[in-house]
Amino acid sequence: MSKKWDYKNVNARNIPRGAVIPEAGTADDYETGGWRTKHPEVDKDKCINCLFCYMYCPDSAVITKDGKLVGFDLKHCKGCGICAVECKKDAIKMENG
Amino acid sequence: MSTVKAITGDVAVAEAMRSIEPDVVGVYPITPQTIIVEAYAEYVARGEVQTEFVPAESEHSAISICVGAAAAGARTMTCTSSQGLALMWEVLPIASGMRLPIVMFDVNRAISAPINIHCDHSDTMGARDTGWLQIYSENAQEAYDNFIQAVRIAEHPDVQLPTMVMMDGFVISHAIQRVEVLDDAVVKKFVGERKADYPLLDIDNPVTWGSFDGLGGWFMEFKKDQMQAIENAKQVSLDVAKEYAKISGREYGLFESYKMDDADYAIIVINSTAGTAKTVVDTLREKGVKAGLIKIRMYRPFPASEIVAALNNCKAVAVMDRVPGYVDIGGPLFEDVQVACYQEGVNIPLVNYIYGLGGRDILTSHIESVYSDLETIAKTGKVASPVNYLGIKE
Ligand code: SF4
Ligand code: SF4
Repeated sequence: MSKKWDYKNVNARNIPRGAVIPEAGTADDYETGGWRTKHPEVDKDKCINCLFCYMYCPDSAVITKDGKLVGFDLKHCKGCGICAVECKKDAIKMENG
Repeated sequence: MSTVKAITGDVAVAEAMRSIEPDVVGVYPITPQTIIVEAYAEYVARGEVQTEFVPAESEHSAISICVGAAAAGARTMTCTSSQGLALMWEVLPIASGMRLPIVMFDVNRAISAPINIHCDHSDTMGARDTGWLQIYSENAQEAYDNFIQAVRIAEHPDVQLPTMVMMDGFVISHAIQRVEVLDDAVVKKFVGERKADYPLLDIDNPVTWGSFDGLGGWFMEFKKDQMQAIENAKQVSLDVAKEYAKISGREYGLFESYKMDDADYAIIVINSTAGTAKTVVDTLREKGVKAGLIKIRMYRPFPASEIVAALNNCKAVAVMDRVPGYVDIGGPLFEDVQVACYQEGVNIPLVNYIYGLGGRDILTSHIESVYSDLETIAKTGKVASPVNYLGIKE
Protein backbone atom coordinates (compact mmCIF):
# COMPACT_ATOMS: atom_id res chain seq x y z
CA MET A 1 0.00 0.00 0.00
CA SER A 2 1.28 3.46 -0.84
CA LYS A 3 2.00 5.62 2.16
CA LYS A 4 0.86 9.24 2.00
CA TRP A 5 1.73 9.77 5.59
CA ASP A 6 5.05 9.01 7.18
CA TYR A 7 3.62 7.68 10.43
CA LYS A 8 6.96 6.26 11.60
CA ASN A 9 8.42 9.78 11.74
CA VAL A 10 5.74 11.49 13.75
CA ASN A 11 6.76 14.11 16.28
CA ALA A 12 4.94 16.39 18.69
CA ARG A 13 4.78 19.12 16.06
CA ASN A 14 3.38 17.16 13.14
CA ILE A 15 0.78 14.95 14.82
CA PRO A 16 -2.44 15.45 12.85
CA ARG A 17 -5.20 17.44 14.53
CA GLY A 18 -7.82 15.38 16.34
CA ALA A 19 -5.69 12.21 16.11
CA VAL A 20 -6.84 11.72 12.53
CA ILE A 21 -4.73 9.35 10.47
CA PRO A 22 -4.64 11.02 7.07
CA GLU A 23 -5.01 7.79 5.14
CA ALA A 24 -7.28 4.76 5.22
CA GLY A 25 -6.69 1.04 5.64
CA THR A 26 -4.06 1.52 8.31
CA ALA A 27 -5.16 -1.63 10.17
CA ASP A 28 -2.79 -3.37 7.74
CA ASP A 29 0.11 -1.76 9.62
CA TYR A 30 -1.14 -2.89 12.99
CA GLU A 31 0.41 -6.30 13.53
CA THR A 32 -2.09 -8.02 15.78
CA GLY A 33 -0.11 -11.25 15.36
CA GLY A 34 1.91 -10.13 18.38
CA TRP A 35 -1.06 -10.93 20.65
CA ARG A 36 -1.12 -14.61 19.64
CA THR A 37 -0.52 -17.54 21.97
CA LYS A 38 -1.95 -20.18 19.58
CA HIS A 39 -2.05 -20.34 15.81
CA PRO A 40 -4.33 -22.21 13.39
CA GLU A 41 -3.11 -25.18 11.40
CA VAL A 42 -5.20 -26.64 8.61
CA ASP A 43 -5.50 -30.29 7.66
CA LYS A 44 -5.78 -30.08 3.87
CA ASP A 45 -7.19 -33.61 3.68
CA LYS A 46 -10.27 -32.51 5.61
CA CYS A 47 -10.57 -29.01 4.14
CA ILE A 48 -13.21 -28.58 1.38
CA ASN A 49 -12.28 -24.93 0.67
CA CYS A 50 -15.69 -23.60 1.69
CA LEU A 51 -13.87 -20.49 3.01
CA PHE A 52 -16.10 -20.09 6.06
CA CYS A 53 -12.88 -19.48 7.97
CA TYR A 54 -12.00 -16.67 5.56
CA MET A 55 -15.37 -14.99 6.09
CA TYR A 56 -15.34 -15.32 9.86
CA CYS A 57 -11.75 -14.26 10.54
CA PRO A 58 -11.94 -10.83 12.24
CA ASP A 59 -8.43 -9.91 11.06
CA SER A 60 -8.61 -10.97 7.41
CA ALA A 61 -5.74 -13.32 8.22
CA VAL A 62 -6.88 -16.29 6.12
CA ILE A 63 -4.91 -16.32 2.88
CA THR A 64 -6.66 -17.60 -0.22
CA LYS A 65 -5.67 -18.13 -3.83
CA ASP A 66 -8.00 -19.01 -6.71
CA GLY A 67 -10.85 -19.64 -4.26
CA LYS A 68 -8.79 -22.01 -2.13
CA LEU A 69 -7.42 -21.73 1.37
CA VAL A 70 -3.64 -21.60 1.24
CA GLY A 71 -2.65 -20.59 4.76
CA PHE A 72 -2.70 -17.93 7.46
CA ASP A 73 -1.11 -14.50 7.67
CA LEU A 74 0.65 -14.79 11.02
CA LYS A 75 1.49 -11.06 11.15
CA HIS A 76 -2.20 -10.41 11.65
CA CYS A 77 -3.65 -13.71 12.97
CA LYS A 78 -4.20 -13.01 16.67
CA GLY A 79 -5.00 -16.65 17.44
CA CYS A 80 -8.60 -16.12 18.48
CA GLY A 81 -9.63 -19.55 17.20
CA ILE A 82 -12.85 -18.38 15.55
CA CYS A 83 -11.83 -20.09 12.29
CA ALA A 84 -11.34 -23.39 14.11
CA VAL A 85 -14.77 -23.14 15.75
CA GLU A 86 -16.58 -22.14 12.55
CA CYS A 87 -14.97 -24.79 10.32
CA LYS A 88 -17.73 -27.37 9.71
CA LYS A 89 -15.18 -29.98 8.66
CA ASP A 90 -13.09 -29.74 11.82
CA ALA A 91 -10.11 -29.07 9.56
CA ILE A 92 -8.46 -26.39 11.73
CA LYS A 93 -6.60 -27.12 14.96
CA MET A 94 -5.19 -24.43 17.22
CA GLU A 95 -1.57 -25.20 18.07
CA ASN A 96 0.79 -23.45 20.50
CA GLY A 97 2.87 -20.54 19.25
CA MET B 1 -29.90 44.89 6.88
CA SER B 2 -31.71 43.90 10.09
CA THR B 3 -35.27 43.65 11.38
CA VAL B 4 -36.39 44.35 14.93
CA LYS B 5 -38.55 41.55 16.24
CA ALA B 6 -40.36 40.88 19.51
CA ILE B 7 -39.41 37.26 20.12
CA THR B 8 -38.44 34.88 22.90
CA GLY B 9 -34.85 33.84 23.50
CA ASP B 10 -35.56 30.40 22.05
CA VAL B 11 -37.02 31.87 18.87
CA ALA B 12 -34.03 34.23 18.59
CA VAL B 13 -31.71 31.20 18.62
CA ALA B 14 -33.90 29.43 16.06
CA GLU B 15 -33.73 32.55 13.86
CA ALA B 16 -29.93 32.52 14.09
CA MET B 17 -29.92 28.83 13.18
CA ARG B 18 -32.19 29.42 10.21
CA SER B 19 -29.87 32.06 8.84
CA ILE B 20 -26.78 29.92 9.44
CA GLU B 21 -28.56 26.91 7.88
CA PRO B 22 -26.20 24.19 9.12
CA ASP B 23 -25.81 21.03 7.02
CA VAL B 24 -26.87 18.70 9.81
CA VAL B 25 -28.86 19.19 13.01
CA GLY B 26 -29.09 16.23 15.40
CA VAL B 27 -31.46 16.97 18.29
CA TYR B 28 -33.72 15.71 21.01
CA PRO B 29 -36.29 18.00 22.66
CA ILE B 30 -36.00 19.03 26.32
CA THR B 31 -37.52 21.91 28.26
CA PRO B 32 -36.70 24.82 28.10
CA GLN B 33 -34.84 24.34 24.82
CA THR B 34 -37.68 22.55 22.97
CA ILE B 35 -39.00 25.67 21.26
CA ILE B 36 -35.71 25.98 19.36
CA VAL B 37 -35.94 22.52 17.80
CA GLU B 38 -39.68 22.86 17.20
CA ALA B 39 -39.13 26.11 15.35
CA TYR B 40 -36.25 24.64 13.39
CA ALA B 41 -38.28 21.54 12.48
CA GLU B 42 -40.87 23.92 11.03
CA TYR B 43 -38.29 25.70 8.90
CA VAL B 44 -37.20 22.31 7.59
CA ALA B 45 -40.80 21.19 6.95
CA ARG B 46 -41.57 24.40 5.08
CA GLY B 47 -38.47 23.97 2.95
CA GLU B 48 -36.94 27.22 4.19
CA VAL B 49 -33.70 25.42 4.96
CA GLN B 50 -32.03 22.43 3.35
CA THR B 51 -30.63 21.06 6.62
CA GLU B 52 -30.53 17.30 7.23
CA PHE B 53 -32.65 17.34 10.40
CA VAL B 54 -32.26 14.21 12.51
CA PRO B 55 -34.65 13.87 15.47
CA ALA B 56 -32.72 11.36 17.58
CA GLU B 57 -33.96 8.91 20.22
CA SER B 58 -31.87 10.51 22.98
CA GLU B 59 -29.38 13.31 23.54
CA HIS B 60 -26.55 10.78 23.56
CA SER B 61 -27.55 9.87 20.01
CA ALA B 62 -28.13 13.51 19.03
CA ILE B 63 -24.56 14.52 19.88
CA SER B 64 -23.19 11.28 18.38
CA ILE B 65 -24.96 12.15 15.11
CA CYS B 66 -23.24 15.54 15.27
CA VAL B 67 -19.83 13.91 15.80
CA GLY B 68 -20.26 11.64 12.77
CA ALA B 69 -21.64 14.43 10.59
CA ALA B 70 -18.92 16.89 11.65
CA ALA B 71 -16.22 14.31 10.87
CA ALA B 72 -17.88 13.86 7.47
CA GLY B 73 -17.27 17.58 6.93
CA ALA B 74 -20.72 18.98 7.67
CA ARG B 75 -21.47 22.13 9.63
CA THR B 76 -23.33 20.63 12.54
CA MET B 77 -25.52 21.95 15.34
CA THR B 78 -27.53 20.71 18.28
CA CYS B 79 -29.44 22.15 21.24
CA THR B 80 -30.11 20.86 24.71
CA SER B 81 -30.68 21.63 28.40
CA SER B 82 -30.04 20.10 31.81
CA GLN B 83 -30.38 16.28 31.86
CA GLY B 84 -30.03 16.32 28.09
CA LEU B 85 -26.55 17.78 28.37
CA ALA B 86 -25.81 15.32 31.17
CA LEU B 87 -26.74 12.44 28.85
CA MET B 88 -24.46 13.89 26.16
CA TRP B 89 -21.54 14.03 28.56
CA GLU B 90 -19.78 10.87 27.40
CA VAL B 91 -19.55 12.25 23.88
CA LEU B 92 -18.55 15.84 24.77
CA PRO B 93 -14.82 15.13 25.27
CA ILE B 94 -14.89 12.89 22.18
CA ALA B 95 -16.13 15.83 20.10
CA SER B 96 -13.44 18.13 21.50
CA GLY B 97 -10.67 15.51 21.33
CA MET B 98 -11.54 14.87 17.69
CA ARG B 99 -11.48 18.66 17.19
CA LEU B 100 -14.93 18.80 15.65
CA PRO B 101 -16.38 22.33 15.55
CA ILE B 102 -19.93 21.37 16.51
CA VAL B 103 -21.96 24.33 17.77
CA MET B 104 -24.49 23.66 20.50
CA PHE B 105 -27.01 25.86 22.22
CA ASP B 106 -27.71 24.97 25.84
CA VAL B 107 -30.58 26.74 27.56
CA ASN B 108 -29.45 26.66 31.17
CA ARG B 109 -31.63 24.57 33.46
CA ALA B 110 -31.07 22.96 36.85
CA ILE B 111 -29.93 19.34 37.11
CA SER B 112 -32.18 16.93 39.07
CA ALA B 113 -32.93 15.95 41.84
CA PRO B 114 -35.39 17.22 42.87
CA ILE B 115 -36.79 17.56 39.36
CA ASN B 116 -36.79 21.20 38.40
CA ILE B 117 -37.22 22.69 34.95
CA HIS B 118 -36.07 26.20 35.85
CA CYS B 119 -32.82 28.01 35.46
CA ASP B 120 -29.52 27.53 37.10
CA HIS B 121 -26.13 26.83 35.59
CA SER B 122 -25.45 23.38 37.01
CA ASP B 123 -25.85 21.74 33.57
CA THR B 124 -23.14 23.62 31.68
CA MET B 125 -20.94 24.20 34.71
CA GLY B 126 -20.77 20.41 34.99
CA ALA B 127 -19.47 20.34 31.40
CA ARG B 128 -17.06 23.25 31.74
CA ASP B 129 -13.92 21.14 31.50
CA THR B 130 -14.84 18.85 28.61
CA GLY B 131 -12.70 20.75 26.10
CA TRP B 132 -15.65 22.70 24.69
CA LEU B 133 -15.60 26.47 24.48
CA GLN B 134 -18.33 28.10 26.55
CA ILE B 135 -19.98 31.42 25.74
CA TYR B 136 -22.70 32.83 28.00
CA SER B 137 -25.40 35.36 27.06
CA GLU B 138 -27.32 37.89 29.17
CA ASN B 139 -30.40 38.19 26.97
CA ALA B 140 -32.01 37.06 23.71
CA GLN B 141 -29.99 39.51 21.60
CA GLU B 142 -26.71 38.25 23.02
CA ALA B 143 -27.83 34.64 22.59
CA TYR B 144 -28.55 35.39 18.93
CA ASP B 145 -25.29 37.26 18.39
CA ASN B 146 -23.15 34.73 20.27
CA PHE B 147 -24.64 31.77 18.43
CA ILE B 148 -23.73 33.25 15.04
CA GLN B 149 -20.22 34.18 16.16
CA ALA B 150 -19.73 30.73 17.71
CA VAL B 151 -19.72 29.17 14.24
CA ARG B 152 -16.77 31.30 13.18
CA ILE B 153 -14.90 30.83 16.45
CA ALA B 154 -15.40 27.04 16.51
CA GLU B 155 -14.37 26.57 12.88
CA HIS B 156 -11.39 28.93 12.93
CA PRO B 157 -8.22 27.08 11.81
CA ASP B 158 -6.44 28.04 15.06
CA VAL B 159 -9.30 26.67 17.15
CA GLN B 160 -11.33 23.81 15.58
CA LEU B 161 -13.20 23.05 18.78
CA PRO B 162 -16.83 22.41 19.65
CA THR B 163 -18.53 25.38 21.24
CA MET B 164 -21.57 25.72 23.47
CA VAL B 165 -23.54 28.93 23.82
CA MET B 166 -25.83 29.53 26.77
CA MET B 167 -28.71 31.68 28.01
CA ASP B 168 -30.92 31.38 31.07
CA GLY B 169 -33.93 29.06 30.94
CA PHE B 170 -37.41 30.65 31.01
CA VAL B 171 -36.45 34.18 32.12
CA ILE B 172 -34.69 34.56 28.77
CA SER B 173 -35.63 31.49 26.71
CA HIS B 174 -39.39 32.06 27.16
CA ALA B 175 -39.56 35.84 27.66
CA ILE B 176 -40.34 38.08 24.70
CA GLN B 177 -37.64 40.64 24.11
CA ARG B 178 -36.55 43.09 21.46
CA VAL B 179 -34.11 41.39 19.13
CA GLU B 180 -32.43 42.77 16.04
CA VAL B 181 -32.38 39.93 13.55
CA LEU B 182 -29.93 40.19 10.66
CA ASP B 183 -30.91 39.31 7.11
CA ASP B 184 -30.27 35.68 6.18
CA ALA B 185 -27.89 36.69 3.41
CA VAL B 186 -25.79 38.83 5.77
CA VAL B 187 -25.45 35.97 8.26
CA LYS B 188 -24.70 33.44 5.51
CA LYS B 189 -21.94 35.66 4.17
CA PHE B 190 -20.55 36.15 7.69
CA VAL B 191 -20.37 32.44 8.53
CA GLY B 192 -19.30 31.37 5.03
CA GLU B 193 -18.75 27.73 4.10
CA ARG B 194 -17.18 25.26 6.49
CA LYS B 195 -13.80 24.10 5.26
CA ALA B 196 -13.19 20.78 6.98
CA ASP B 197 -9.63 19.46 7.30
CA TYR B 198 -10.12 15.73 6.83
CA PRO B 199 -13.73 15.22 5.72
CA LEU B 200 -14.77 11.58 5.69
CA LEU B 201 -16.87 12.26 2.61
CA ASP B 202 -13.78 13.17 0.58
CA ILE B 203 -13.50 9.74 -0.98
CA ASP B 204 -10.41 10.69 -2.99
CA ASN B 205 -8.51 11.26 0.25
CA PRO B 206 -9.67 8.56 2.66
CA VAL B 207 -8.73 9.06 6.32
CA THR B 208 -9.07 7.21 9.62
CA TRP B 209 -11.03 8.88 12.44
CA GLY B 210 -11.29 7.70 16.02
CA SER B 211 -8.18 5.56 15.99
CA PHE B 212 -6.46 4.08 19.04
CA ASP B 213 -3.55 5.87 20.68
CA GLY B 214 -2.17 4.00 23.64
CA LEU B 215 1.12 3.70 25.50
CA GLY B 216 4.00 4.96 23.40
CA GLY B 217 1.58 7.10 21.41
CA TRP B 218 0.87 10.82 21.40
CA PHE B 219 -2.05 11.09 23.81
CA MET B 220 -0.45 13.75 26.00
CA GLU B 221 0.69 15.78 23.01
CA PHE B 222 -2.84 15.73 21.57
CA LYS B 223 -4.16 17.01 24.90
CA LYS B 224 -1.54 19.78 25.07
CA ASP B 225 -2.44 20.73 21.51
CA GLN B 226 -6.10 20.94 22.53
CA MET B 227 -5.25 23.25 25.42
CA GLN B 228 -3.37 25.51 23.02
CA ALA B 229 -6.41 25.61 20.73
CA ILE B 230 -8.61 26.59 23.68
CA GLU B 231 -6.22 29.43 24.50
CA ASN B 232 -6.21 30.51 20.85
CA ALA B 233 -9.97 30.93 21.06
CA LYS B 234 -9.47 34.07 23.18
CA GLN B 235 -7.87 36.08 20.39
CA VAL B 236 -10.01 34.45 17.71
CA SER B 237 -13.22 35.38 19.55
CA LEU B 238 -12.06 39.00 19.77
CA ASP B 239 -11.21 39.06 16.06
CA VAL B 240 -14.56 37.51 15.16
CA ALA B 241 -16.30 40.03 17.45
CA LYS B 242 -14.72 42.91 15.53
CA GLU B 243 -15.97 41.50 12.24
CA TYR B 244 -19.40 40.88 13.72
CA ALA B 245 -19.56 44.48 14.91
CA LYS B 246 -19.29 45.55 11.28
CA ILE B 247 -22.49 43.73 10.30
CA SER B 248 -24.44 44.23 13.53
CA GLY B 249 -23.15 47.35 15.26
CA ARG B 250 -22.64 45.26 18.42
CA GLU B 251 -19.16 44.31 19.61
CA TYR B 252 -18.41 41.80 22.33
CA GLY B 253 -15.37 41.19 24.51
CA LEU B 254 -14.30 38.20 26.59
CA PHE B 255 -16.44 39.73 29.33
CA GLU B 256 -18.38 42.95 29.78
CA SER B 257 -17.04 45.57 32.18
CA TYR B 258 -19.89 47.74 33.45
CA LYS B 259 -18.77 50.93 35.22
CA MET B 260 -15.55 49.22 36.29
CA ASP B 261 -13.09 52.03 35.52
CA ASP B 262 -13.22 53.55 39.01
CA ALA B 263 -15.19 50.83 40.80
CA ASP B 264 -14.47 50.13 44.47
CA TYR B 265 -16.94 47.26 44.70
CA ALA B 266 -17.54 44.77 41.94
CA ILE B 267 -19.80 41.82 41.29
CA ILE B 268 -18.83 39.11 38.80
CA VAL B 269 -21.84 37.35 37.37
CA ILE B 270 -22.95 35.17 34.45
CA ASN B 271 -26.05 35.47 32.19
CA SER B 272 -29.36 37.23 32.89
CA THR B 273 -28.66 38.27 36.49
CA ALA B 274 -26.18 40.76 35.04
CA GLY B 275 -29.21 42.72 33.81
CA THR B 276 -30.70 42.89 37.30
CA ALA B 277 -27.32 43.77 38.79
CA LYS B 278 -26.70 46.62 36.32
CA THR B 279 -29.88 48.32 37.56
CA VAL B 280 -28.50 48.11 41.08
CA VAL B 281 -25.14 49.47 39.95
CA ASP B 282 -26.93 52.47 38.38
CA THR B 283 -28.92 53.14 41.57
CA LEU B 284 -25.82 52.87 43.75
CA ARG B 285 -23.87 55.16 41.43
CA GLU B 286 -26.60 57.80 41.85
CA LYS B 287 -25.99 57.53 45.60
CA GLY B 288 -22.26 58.00 45.10
CA VAL B 289 -21.27 54.35 45.72
CA LYS B 290 -18.63 53.30 43.24
CA ALA B 291 -20.22 50.03 42.19
CA GLY B 292 -19.24 48.07 39.08
CA LEU B 293 -19.92 44.76 37.43
CA ILE B 294 -18.20 42.16 35.31
CA LYS B 295 -20.35 39.88 33.21
CA ILE B 296 -18.60 36.76 31.93
CA ARG B 297 -19.13 36.04 28.25
CA MET B 298 -16.27 33.67 27.44
CA TYR B 299 -15.98 31.21 30.32
CA ARG B 300 -13.88 28.60 28.48
CA PRO B 301 -11.23 29.70 27.75
CA PHE B 302 -11.26 31.53 31.05
CA PRO B 303 -9.98 35.10 30.68
CA ALA B 304 -8.07 34.90 33.97
CA SER B 305 -5.44 37.64 33.67
CA GLU B 306 -7.87 39.93 31.85
CA ILE B 307 -10.41 39.67 34.69
CA VAL B 308 -7.76 40.27 37.35
CA ALA B 309 -6.58 43.36 35.48
CA ALA B 310 -10.17 44.67 35.41
CA LEU B 311 -10.54 44.05 39.18
CA ASN B 312 -7.17 45.41 40.20
CA ASN B 313 -8.37 48.65 41.81
CA CYS B 314 -11.36 47.19 43.61
CA LYS B 315 -11.57 47.13 47.40
CA ALA B 316 -13.78 44.04 47.54
CA VAL B 317 -15.28 41.70 44.95
CA ALA B 318 -18.28 39.37 45.04
CA VAL B 319 -18.48 36.36 42.72
CA MET B 320 -21.95 35.00 42.00
CA ASP B 321 -22.39 31.30 41.22
CA ARG B 322 -25.72 29.96 40.01
CA VAL B 323 -24.75 26.38 40.77
CA PRO B 324 -24.52 24.39 43.99
CA GLY B 325 -20.75 24.08 44.31
CA TYR B 326 -20.80 20.91 46.42
CA VAL B 327 -17.45 21.99 47.85
CA ASP B 328 -17.28 24.31 50.81
CA ILE B 329 -14.68 26.53 49.15
CA GLY B 330 -17.35 27.94 46.80
CA GLY B 331 -18.78 27.67 43.30
CA PRO B 332 -16.79 27.14 40.10
CA LEU B 333 -16.62 30.79 39.03
CA PHE B 334 -15.47 31.74 42.52
CA GLU B 335 -12.72 29.13 42.41
CA ASP B 336 -11.59 30.32 39.00
CA VAL B 337 -11.49 33.98 40.04
CA GLN B 338 -9.68 33.12 43.27
CA VAL B 339 -7.04 31.10 41.46
CA ALA B 340 -6.65 33.83 38.83
CA CYS B 341 -6.09 36.50 41.52
CA TYR B 342 -3.63 34.30 43.38
CA GLN B 343 -1.67 33.53 40.22
CA GLU B 344 -1.45 37.22 39.38
CA GLY B 345 -0.43 38.06 42.94
CA VAL B 346 -3.49 40.25 43.49
CA ASN B 347 -4.92 40.06 46.98
CA ILE B 348 -8.43 41.56 46.92
CA PRO B 349 -10.99 40.30 49.46
CA LEU B 350 -13.27 37.92 47.53
CA VAL B 351 -16.65 36.61 48.61
CA ASN B 352 -18.90 34.04 46.99
CA TYR B 353 -22.69 34.01 46.69
CA ILE B 354 -24.65 30.95 45.57
CA TYR B 355 -27.97 32.16 44.15
CA GLY B 356 -30.92 31.41 41.92
CA LEU B 357 -30.77 27.62 42.18
CA GLY B 358 -33.66 25.88 40.43
CA GLY B 359 -34.97 29.23 39.19
CA ARG B 360 -35.15 30.91 42.61
CA ASP B 361 -35.86 34.60 42.01
CA ILE B 362 -32.97 36.99 42.31
CA LEU B 363 -34.16 40.45 43.27
CA THR B 364 -32.50 43.85 43.18
CA SER B 365 -32.67 43.80 46.99
CA HIS B 366 -30.49 40.66 46.99
CA ILE B 367 -27.90 42.35 44.81
CA GLU B 368 -28.04 45.50 46.99
CA SER B 369 -27.28 43.35 50.01
CA VAL B 370 -24.22 41.98 48.21
CA TYR B 371 -22.87 45.47 47.52
CA SER B 372 -23.51 46.48 51.11
CA ASP B 373 -21.63 43.35 52.28
CA LEU B 374 -18.77 44.44 50.03
CA GLU B 375 -18.66 47.87 51.68
CA THR B 376 -18.43 46.18 55.09
CA ILE B 377 -15.71 43.81 53.87
CA ALA B 378 -13.72 46.72 52.46
CA LYS B 379 -14.07 48.67 55.71
CA THR B 380 -13.14 45.80 58.04
CA GLY B 381 -10.72 44.11 55.65
CA LYS B 382 -12.28 40.80 56.70
CA VAL B 383 -14.40 38.28 54.81
CA ALA B 384 -16.44 36.88 57.66
CA SER B 385 -18.12 34.21 55.54
CA PRO B 386 -16.49 33.32 52.20
CA VAL B 387 -19.40 31.29 50.80
CA ASN B 388 -22.98 32.55 51.23
CA TYR B 389 -26.47 31.79 49.94
CA LEU B 390 -28.66 34.56 48.52
CA GLY B 391 -32.44 34.42 48.79
CA ILE B 392 -32.52 31.25 50.88
CA LYS B 393 -35.72 30.61 52.88
CA GLU B 394 -35.15 30.58 56.62
S1 SF4 C 1 -13.75 -23.44 7.08
FE1 SF4 C 1 -12.61 -25.39 7.22
S2 SF4 C 1 -13.21 -26.46 5.39
FE2 SF4 C 1 -13.80 -24.38 5.06
S3 SF4 C 1 -12.05 -23.50 4.02
FE3 SF4 C 1 -11.72 -23.10 6.18
S4 SF4 C 1 -10.53 -24.81 6.85
FE4 SF4 C 1 -11.35 -25.38 4.91
S1 SF4 D 1 -7.23 -17.74 14.72
FE1 SF4 D 1 -8.57 -15.95 14.57
S2 SF4 D 1 -7.28 -14.42 13.67
FE2 SF4 D 1 -6.22 -16.33 13.33
S3 SF4 D 1 -6.90 -16.97 11.31
FE3 SF4 D 1 -8.25 -17.93 12.78
S4 SF4 D 1 -9.97 -16.51 12.94
FE4 SF4 D 1 -8.30 -15.39 11.98
